[in-house]
Amino acid sequence: MTLTIRAAMLVCCLAAAFWSAACGGNAPYPSRPITLIVPWGAGGGTDAVARAIATALERELGQPVNVVNRTGGSGVVGHQAIATAAPDGYTIGMITVEIAMMHHQGLTDLTPASFTPLGLINFDATGVQVRADAPYRTLGELMDAIRSSPPGTLKASGTAHGGIWHVSLYGLLDEQGIDPSSVPWVPSVSSAAGLLDLVAGGVELVTASHPEARSLIDAGRVRSLAVLDRERSALYPDVPTGREAIGTEWEMGVWRGIAAPPNLPDDVRTRLESALEAAYASDEYREFMTSRGFGMRWMGPADFAAFMAEADAQMGAAMQKVGLAR
Amino acid sequence: MVGHLVEALTLLADPALIAVIVMAALFGLFVGAIPGLTATMAVALLVPVTFFMAPLPAVAAMVTVTATAIFAGDVPGALLRMPGTPASAAYCDEAFELTRRGEAEVALGTSVVFSAIGGAFGTIVLMVAAPALAEAALLFSSFEYFWLVMLGLTCAVFVAPGNPLKGLVSLMLGLLIASVGFENPAAYPRFTFGVPELMSGVQLIPVMIGMFAVSEVLRFATTVDRPLETAVQQKIGPIFRGQWRLARQYPVQAARGGVLGTLIGALPGAGADIAAWIAYGIAKRFSRTPGKFGTGHVEGIVEAGAANNSALAGAWIPALVFGIPGDSITAIVIGVLYLKGLNPGPTIFIENPGSIYAVFLVFLLANLLLLPLGWLLIKAARNVLRVPRALLMPIILVFCMVGSFAINNAMFDVGVMLAFGVIGWLMERNGFPIAPTILGLVLGAMLEQNFVTSMIKAGGNPLAFFERPVSAVLGAATILIWTSPLLRMAWRRARPS
Repeated sequence: MTLTIRAAMLVCCLAAAFWSAACGGNAPYPSRPITLIVPWGAGGGTDAVARAIATALERELGQPVNVVNRTGGSGVVGHQAIATAAPDGYTIGMITVEIAMMHHQGLTDLTPASFTPLGLINFDATGVQVRADAPYRTLGELMDAIRSSPPGTLKASGTAHGGIWHVSLYGLLDEQGIDPSSVPWVPSVSSAAGLLDLVAGGVELVTASHPEARSLIDAGRVRSLAVLDRERSALYPDVPTGREAIGTEWEMGVWRGIAAPPNLPDDVRTRLESALEAAYASDEYREFMTSRGFGMRWMGPADFAAFMAEADAQMGAAMQKVGLAR
Repeated sequence: MVGHLVEALTLLADPALIAVIVMAALFGLFVGAIPGLTATMAVALLVPVTFFMAPLPAVAAMVTVTATAIFAGDVPGALLRMPGTPASAAYCDEAFELTRRGEAEVALGTSVVFSAIGGAFGTIVLMVAAPALAEAALLFSSFEYFWLVMLGLTCAVFVAPGNPLKGLVSLMLGLLIASVGFENPAAYPRFTFGVPELMSGVQLIPVMIGMFAVSEVLRFATTVDRPLETAVQQKIGPIFRGQWRLARQYPVQAARGGVLGTLIGALPGAGADIAAWIAYGIAKRFSRTPGKFGTGHVEGIVEAGAANNSALAGAWIPALVFGIPGDSITAIVIGVLYLKGLNPGPTIFIENPGSIYAVFLVFLLANLLLLPLGWLLIKAARNVLRVPRALLMPIILVFCMVGSFAINNAMFDVGVMLAFGVIGWLMERNGFPIAPTILGLVLGAMLEQNFVTSMIKAGGNPLAFFERPVSAVLGAATILIWTSPLLRMAWRRARPS
């Protein structure tokens, strides 16, 4: 199925190439379909966001935007495919928070600087969740419980070892003057699996984003104590921020943005930037993000680049400090 | 509930909805029948289409595609020894043996009829007991999953015909392959040799296609003195003949498969693949004629075929009640449910009863549709058997490549598929069964994940595996199954007759 689509795309591309060559090759960009590479599998959250923004981009650019999932290598393969594509504006991709993490673990040479950033389109901060019947009602009480009980009493989960929620929790503990190793991290294959283990009584706290924890919070099984962000989440405006709860400055979360290979020509870059900004602001994209509960956050190319550089430095420092970097 | 059912029936009596269901069923059959294209992929391809649909048709399309794709995976498995989906790998060899004996209609008829029965059974359980079963699923932590995986591995003994030692070696090979990559509990890259494609491990589907189908192609190519006959079987007889007799002969197997599939399906992370293996193992363990298994015996197909389709409905239990995906398919479905305002949660049965019961009725309808559409698919597919094998084999090889490529859109997986084709061929030539390798690969990651996380939680104390009540029962049962031959031997020695 995917192959036939790709074959059809190839035929279209060839036809378009011949056509534009015949016309002198000066057709304004974009004159043929665009490929949007997603480094994660079809059907997941990142894939869904990519398909929603692709539909909106299609309208802005007047050309089909085809989503292609290049999975494998825990995201490395797809990110690599974006970074090494021809910088002609016909291959762009979605880059995710992992790009600021994996090189600190020695898993790839790619960094946020390996791309031409076009815009940040989503951000979801760390939520700190406990079982609904847990004795701690606030983040402060939870921190006190960790401080006052013997190391290893409270265990945490939410993602794989060294994943974003692991780094985020250990960064918070470190900032609060608590030895991170006193809260053992129980790796889980996904945030859903970690939350399930929380409800089943396997762990005491789970760090994950609010959209990920949404169904179990709504079912009354899990309580969110705080969100580690500068503002409260749109999904749960009653949950305080980390600063409101315990005065912490620690903020971290997952994000998704659109980027192109380096050395993109200026005219193509400005065209893509304005199209992406308009696609982000479209009702269609807003409705999709709101119904799925994903956090809306926009940053233009310059802000996005600065944000990624800052996130990269924050990640590197945190991972080094808590022993997750290699 | 009756009132809701009436309301649901009126929702269902919409010709446009019925048209969506029939089209989704045809799409599901098409995707499922092509080896390498899984039910998960069929559902993922539907997601962008559902953006433009009303809530009920959107969910109905996904339900129908899943049910039909899982059945359709049995067809190439039975005819060509290419399991279309991982869920049909457990009994692929059994069905292929039947085809070889010229009884393809029995293999396929059993598969379609008992898929439909299992699917309908799972749906009824979903309708009447979803909230209670979802609560039970929440009792499962890594300790319980560990024992469940151990029970699954025990099935390797049952799925491997012949020498149990060679079966064990084959299982260990599967577990070794499962340990490749970066996605292990310590997040440390193992056996990746600096190849980024290997970081997420060796993909199941290319290995499966390679070991089953490519090894068959190689065996054909290396058989010099093959008979001049062109095809195994010229035509397929009436597929529904004799199914009523089978249903009366194996009612226990069908019911057990249905119950087991629903329960395992309801456990998040387990799913239809594991359900089919365990059901096949149980069918053999409790069979009156275990010796016939592996030689083209329908008993295992009855139970495992019912189990993998009922597991699909089971996976919806935690998905609807708690928004926890039971398998990779419901993970996609949950996203669509949110998008359509049918937010999963315990209150979904109170807030949206009409729509939810309509979804359940679509489940039943999809499983009933399996009978006529499955019949059509089998009628169309039987032409494959008329093709001379010398022509068929290269075509199979092409399909293997397309299927492996489609998983990640990467040539790397085609290479993996070819390599495992050669490995599978070498193993079979030397009497090593390949089914346990596939089982090891299916369960390996779960085994390691649940063992390591349990040990972290327990601070390294192995007795913790018996501290939680459900875990203790499962653990005791597993150990009893392992030691029962020893205990029986000791009992006989102690009382010489």
